[in-house]
This record gives sequence, structure tokens and C-alpha cells, in this order.
Amino acid sequence: MTKCKKIASLMTLSACLFASQAMAAGGSVHLEPAEIDPDNVSSLQRGARNFMNYCSGCHSAQYVRFNTIGKSLGLSEEQLVDNLMFNADKTFETIKSSMPPADAARWYGKAPPDMSLMARAKGTDYVYNFLKGFYVSPESPTGVDNLVLAGTSMPHVLWELQGFQAANFEHHENEDGSVTTTFEGFEQLSPGSMDAEDYDDFVRDTVNFLAYIAEPIRSDRRKLGVWVIMFLIFFFILSVQLKKQIWKDVK
Amino acid sequence: MARIEAEVGKSQNGLMKWIDDRFPLTKTMKHHVTEYYASKNFNWWFVFGVLAMVVLVIQLVTGIFLTMNYKPAAAEAFASVEYIMRDVEWGWLIRYMHSTGASFFFIVVYLHMFRAMLYGSYKKPRELIWLIGMMIFFVLMAEGFAGYLLPWGQMSYWGAQVIISLFGAIPVVGDGLVEFIRGDYSISDITLNRFFALHVIVLPLALIGLIFVHIVALHEVGSNNPDGIEIKKNKGPDGIPLDGVPFHPHHTSKDLIGIIVFLMIFSAVVFFAPDMGGMFLEHANFEPANLTATPEHIAPVWYYTPYYAILRAVPDKLWGFILFGLSVLLPVFLPWLDRCRVRSIRYRGWMYKTALSIFVVTFLTLGWLGLQPATETYVLLARIFSVLYFAFFLLMPFYTAADKTKPVPDRVVYHD
Repeated sequence: MTKCKKIASLMTLSACLFASQAMAAGGSVHLEPAEIDPDNVSSLQRGARNFMNYCSGCHSAQYVRFNTIGKSLGLSEEQLVDNLMFNADKTFETIKSSMPPADAARWYGKAPPDMSLMARAKGTDYVYNFLKGFYVSPESPTGVDNLVLAGTSMPHVLWELQGFQAANFEHHENEDGSVTTTFEGFEQLSPGSMDAEDYDDFVRDTVNFLAYIAEPIRSDRRKLGVWVIMFLIFFFILSVQLKKQIWKDVK
Repeated sequence: MARIEAEVGKSQNGLMKWIDDRFPLTKTMKHHVTEYYASKNFNWWFVFGVLAMVVLVIQLVTGIFLTMNYKPAAAEAFASVEYIMRDVEWGWLIRYMHSTGASFFFIVVYLHMFRAMLYGSYKKPRELIWLIGMMIFFVLMAEGFAGYLLPWGQMSYWGAQVIISLFGAIPVVGDGLVEFIRGDYSISDITLNRFFALHVIVLPLALIGLIFVHIVALHEVGSNNPDGIEIKKNKGPDGIPLDGVPFHPHHTSKDLIGIIVFLMIFSAVVFFAPDMGGMFLEHANFEPANLTATPEHIAPVWYYTPYYAILRAVPDKLWGFILFGLSVLLPVFLPWLDRCRVRSIRYRGWMYKTALSIFVVTFLTLGWLGLQPATETYVLLARIFSVLYFAFFLLMPFYTAADKTKPVPDRVVYHD
């Protein structure tokens, strides 16, 4: 009986460790969940298409090779060359930006960051909300600002799809004279080629792809993990029998 | 003499005899493994020493393979880790095992130390084992700290920046010392190179040496047990402790179960949650070190945060550093702070039980606070719990001496 209790307390301990995952860091802005599905290969394929068409002009993914993408996303070499490799010759090459970084830094004030690990560094919710968070701001040199990353030097690249929106802020004056600003929602100013739902899906697929390139082996490790744990359970049963056998004479 | 030799010779084939004439192989195996008797009533708290060895082996083996592919240079380190994660065959597994192993090393060692506090394992005649163990812990802290710089991510860089600059609080020599540690005016390629040398050569060597001595000392006096009784006091006619069973095969077969359960938990993290939501691999460390941009919130990895919370709780820089150092050092003195006549918590009174329970809550809360931003409420909480942390150690001579103890039995309590 006491043994059971002790095993239970050990399990509680490990449960606490896992629960601590929930305490992941969040920003000050409320982030809508991205709700990506890493096992949805067609979503990842659409995300790859979106990334190569809309992002890779400025953003590199310097650690990500085309042949790795092909293998994970079930794309043949021909499909890779025809659909994704706009500025690469060989499938073992990594995703390079079409823009020289030095020029980019001069044009935008800051070279566009590499995207290989962005989803892991910032979280998928962050990137999802960032891509949905551009609003018209006349003071900004690019004409837009971003709700998630205020003062971003990135222009609203996806404006053709999303259209332009305004952000409504409300300012409350507190008793001590300080001003609290709260975000009250977006207001569509001009329509894009997609409606809001389609645009959400477009961004979701793209974020899904970014999460994939941040850790291409993610699905491999999860599949392998199941086998490893199953083997250990089998091995555990054997070890318990072995121990019983060896200890049977200890009184 | 001749009779003993004949007996030994019987159980040996030619090769073993040839070796034993030249090296004490059979003798050593008997002394440390097959005829090392430890109490039969070990509970699962006694598995963590063996588990620490398992993690050490995981860290050494994965570490060797990482070293084959890692580049200790500021310009290449971050990219080489990604190269390991993406292009090296099974590199991701080796890296995740190593990063997860670092956290598990501390989990296992903290529980191993807690076991000693539960059953008074540091008390006479095991003070030296405890002292060596504390040295192992300090080396482990340094090892983890040096290793954390190597991926050269944002948190590697800024975490090291913050911790190393703490030494600057020391009067007169502080600034010189900080420069001496870094080898430069800021953390740079030079710092990375020397931390690599420390992480892969100096500290592992020290660690292995100290662990060896730790075990030799343990086997000299014998293992403690949940009752805190010396099993050597009750020996049979053959000279074997009546309550002892040999380390092999009895304890090894039991430890094997513990090792497998440990590996299940370890694998669950490696395969399903290698970054543990930013606890084992911090999010900001997936961005390469950037000397011009400080991360929003710098926190050390979880295993240092109890001490870090104490550091931040003190408004003065020098006193913060002193109390931080003291909080790490104080457990060293446990064998002499504890004045209780009995070892095991089973026979101690309510005072020690209460104190130890409060200490566990204190340590965990401080660890959590060290991860949070230093807001007013959190700093206040950290101050309260820092006081409790020190009170546990500094008041120990009084409450352990005053505590009412229960009678200790002659033989260990053993139920099947």
C-alpha cells in the first residue's frame, strides 16, 4: 500500500513538471490562439506556398533545406523545383532571401529577420496575431503599425489579401493622471481579395509552416517517442519480475 | 593465507587469476558490488544516487557526440547547434537528450539531497560524503552555467552577462574578477571559448573525480537507510549485516526498475516536450545572441532560480551577492547545524517535520519567483521566503535540539 502511495507521489511530481508547460511566456497584448494543426500536410503545403510567395522575398530561412521540406511534406523534386524553389538551383540549398541584407537594412532600417526559428522563439500565437495585426497608421513610414509589435519596420505585405484595417483604441485617464490605452478592435477600411475567414486560414497555414521549419523533426520525434515508451513499458514489466525473483528469499 | 588463495582460485578461470595477480579486480568487485551490503528496506528515495549516475552517463555520451559537431565560436556556435538539430543524423535526439539531461541532472540531484535531509544521511559518520556531495553540486552548477552559454542564443548571452556581472559587486577586486572570468570587456568569442573548455574538460573531470571519491567514502562507512540505523551493528556469524542485502544482484535489480521509470519520464520529455514550455529550453534562446538587443525578461534556467530570487530580494547589490552565495553554501553545514540525536525523519519530532515541510514549500516558491519578473509583490514575497530559507538553516541547531524524538528500533523496519 505504501509503495502505491509513493509511486503516486512520484507521478504527481512528474505531472507538476508537465503542468509547468502551461506557464509559457505571453506578451502584454492578448493573443488569439493560432490553432494550427502540425499533422495536416495539406495545410503545411499551402503554408510553404504562401511563405515562398509572400515572405521569402525578404525573409530567409537559412537553416531550412528544400529537400527536407520535400521529404516532410510529401513533395517530389520536380514539385519542389516548380512550386517553391524560385531562387535556388539545387534541392539541398537553404531558403535564401532575394534581398541583399545590407540593402534591406538600409531600406527598412533593420534587415528582415531570418524565419527558421521565429515560431519557436516567439510562439505560433505571436506570429499568427502579428500577421493579422497590421493597421493603418499615417505617422509610420510604411503607413501601417502593428498591434503585436508596435513600431515594426515591416510593411503590410499581405494588404492585397487582407485589405486595410484601422485599430480602435480607447484612452482612459486614471486618477493619478496617467493614461491607459486599451485596444477595442479592428475596423475594416478597404476590402482585400480574401474575406476575414479565408485570410485567417491563409495566415494559419503560413504559421503552421513556420512552426514546421522551426523544428522539422517534430512529427518524427513524436512517432518515435511512442515506440520508445512502449518498449520501456515492456522492459518495466520484465524488470519487476526480475526483481521479485531475486528478492523472493529476503525476509 | 594459502587456504584463502585456494578458495579464490576455485572460482576463477585462468584469465581472471592472471588479472587478479596483477590488479585487485575480483577484490574491488566484491568490495563495491557483489559484497557491498546495503539495507534491505530502502524505499524509492534511495534510487536517486543511481539515477544521478545514469544522467551523468547520458550527459557524457551525448556530450561527446555534440562536441564532434559543435563549433565553439561566436560566429558559428548558434548555426552549428541548428546544424546538429537539422542535418546531423540523429543530432536532434542527441541534443534533446543533452538539454533535457541537464535539467534532469538537477531534478535528480535535488531529490538525492532531499533524501539526505529526510533520513539524516549527512549525519555522523557520513559528514564527508555530504561535503563531497556538496562539492559535486557546486561543480554541477558551474557545469550547467558554462554549458548554457554554448548555444549562443539570446538567453545564453544575457543570462551569462547578468550572472557574471554579479561578481562585480565584490569590493575592490570585483571589476577585475569579472574581466578575468570573461577574458574580455564583455561576453565575447573569448568567453565562449573558455566556457567550452571548462564545460567539456575541466568541470567534467572534476565531476567524475568527485563522484568517484563520493562513492569510495560511501562504501567505507556504508549506506544509510530510511530508519537511520547502522546495519553494521547487527551482524550474523558470517560477518554480514543481518539487515543487509548485497548491492548486486539485489539493489541493482531494484534500481533497474527505478532506472526504467526514470527513462520513461525522461523520454516523455525528450520526445514530446523537449523545451518544456520554455523551462528546459527557453524561448528566447532560439534567437541568436544579439549584443544590441536585451531580451524583455532575463531569467536563469529553472535550477538556479531559488538562489536568483534571493539575490533579487535584496535591494543592495553587494548584500544581494553575499546572501545569494550564502544560500548556496549553507547546506554544506547541515551535518553540524543538525543537533538531533536521531537521523531519520521517522523518529524525529514535529519541529523538524514542520521545518522541513516549510523548507520544501520555500524552496519551490523561491524557484518559481526567480522565474517571474521582479514586480513589487513578487519581490516582497521573495523577501518573506528568503527569510524562511535562512531561518531553516540558522535556527536548525535550536529546533533540532529541542525536538522530542521517538525511540529508534534496533533493527530496520522491513515489510514485504
